[in-house]
Amino acid sequence: MLARDDLSPLKRTPLHALHVSLAGKMVPFAGYEMPVQYAPGVLREHLHTRAAAGLFDVSHMGQIAVRAKSGRIEDAARALERLVPQDIAGVAPGRQRYAQFTNDGGGILDDLMVANFGDYLFLVVNAACKEADEAHLRDRLSDACTIEPLRARALLALQGPKAESALAKLCADVGAMRFMDSGPRSVAGLDCFVSRSGYTGEDGFEISVPAEHAEQLAKRLLVNGDVLPIGLGARDSLRLEAGLCLYGHDIDTTTTPVEATLEWSIQKSRRAGGARPGGFPGAETILAQLADGAARRRVGLRPEGRAPVREGSPLFADAASSQPIGTVTSGGFGPSLNAPLAMGYVPASLAATGTLVFAEVRGQRLPLRVAATPFVPNTYKR
Amino acid sequence: MTTLFTSDHEWLRIDGDVATIGITDYAQSQLGDVVFVELPKVGRSLKKAEAAAVVESVKAASDVYAPITGEVLEVNDAITSEPALVNSDAGGKAWFFKIKIADKGELGGLMDEAAYKAHTA
Repeated sequence: MLARDDLSPLKRTPLHALHVSLAGKMVPFAGYEMPVQYAPGVLREHLHTRAAAGLFDVSHMGQIAVRAKSGRIEDAARALERLVPQDIAGVAPGRQRYAQFTNDGGGILDDLMVANFGDYLFLVVNAACKEADEAHLRDRLSDACTIEPLRARALLALQGPKAESALAKLCADVGAMRFMDSGPRSVAGLDCFVSRSGYTGEDGFEISVPAEHAEQLAKRLLVNGDVLPIGLGARDSLRLEAGLCLYGHDIDTTTTPVEATLEWSIQKSRRAGGARPGGFPGAETILAQLADGAARRRVGLRPEGRAPVREGSPLFADAASSQPIGTVTSGGFGPSLNAPLAMGYVPASLAATGTLVFAEVRGQRLPLRVAATPFVPNTYKR
Repeated sequence: MTTLFTSDHEWLRIDGDVATIGITDYAQSQLGDVVFVELPKVGRSLKKAEAAAVVESVKAASDVYAPITGEVLEVNDAITSEPALVNSDAGGKAWFFKIKIADKGELGGLMDEAAYKAHTA
């Protein structure tokens, strides 16, 4: 969780009153007062999401419309390609793609989703980065695009094997959507944007809804016995089991997409020899790493014992050496795995699955094995 | 037998010169689901306020401090094999360790049940 670095009052999402009425335990997160858990607790909330469906308030995240001044979405897509190593022009209408804003060193300023809504691009960015992202977009794309933060919209995530049946009661077309489809839909008669995606490794949806109707929609979903409200605690353990990066922890301005093992998200068209190679911040570094490999890699880690290995624990190549080889960037306990799990950076020579490394925890060296991610298989409807 | 409490939400059951130590029900409710417990080695000499045990929930790790000075006589392996016991019976079966009380004078600084209830109210 992010530490608060200022004393400005915490913001509230449109669902704040609902969280309080549901006895959510409210904590500061990215400048917002957010529920970290409800009465069942992180473990049960996590397992319920994997078994049925969980409803998450992610309204703290940023939603941004990017429109081409020319009116042609191709121009907005080509403009956005100046800031990300992804193929945005190739995102078909009604589809979305995972992307990263990079800096001149090839580091990651934020990670985001980019959807093609037919006449404009719809971006979802991290809460802690949203103001900086908006400024970055305005600063770099204002020649070609208008940037409109959609502050009057809330964002709900409905995740888990029962998410489709729960949402289908309010929106007839969701059954026809597949993983990473995204676009405007009427949900319970409200003007929503629905994507079939999420941050848990489960099938599920993210639903952008006008703020004034967010509580009404959340309540309509929660009357379904399959759906429970889920806090940020389980959101974190679910995404960790799914092997998904948390910005500010597993990825940041000092990690490149290749070091972060996110090269799958960089399409051929933006690589050397592609139709539109480079042309994004840090391209020189990132293209070189795509060609030659990065010196370090983000890997999954499974502690061999029962002790969780937390973020910040130094990693060592053996039980005795004094020089760390890397650091754990996320770590905890996976309720579905019923075991501790972690992610971290290690030298490329130690990144192969099965490699034994050691973490220092409370003065002891604990063995971990490099493991494939996701730790828990994902269930996306492709 | 007397039960005493610390402001760090630990309880001590005093039986002669032996204190049995655990965390309170309030502490377990604040921690959430306990998934891992690490206990001190039997025979270890603990100083008052020294980190003696670790209790971890899904989200975070917390230290359990030695509330008084003394030698560890016995530890409760039931909670290392079944950490969820800490949630279900914090004040009873889920005791952490027993300590030989080195200085009974240290007990004077601890709370009785009424004072602890007021502390968590």
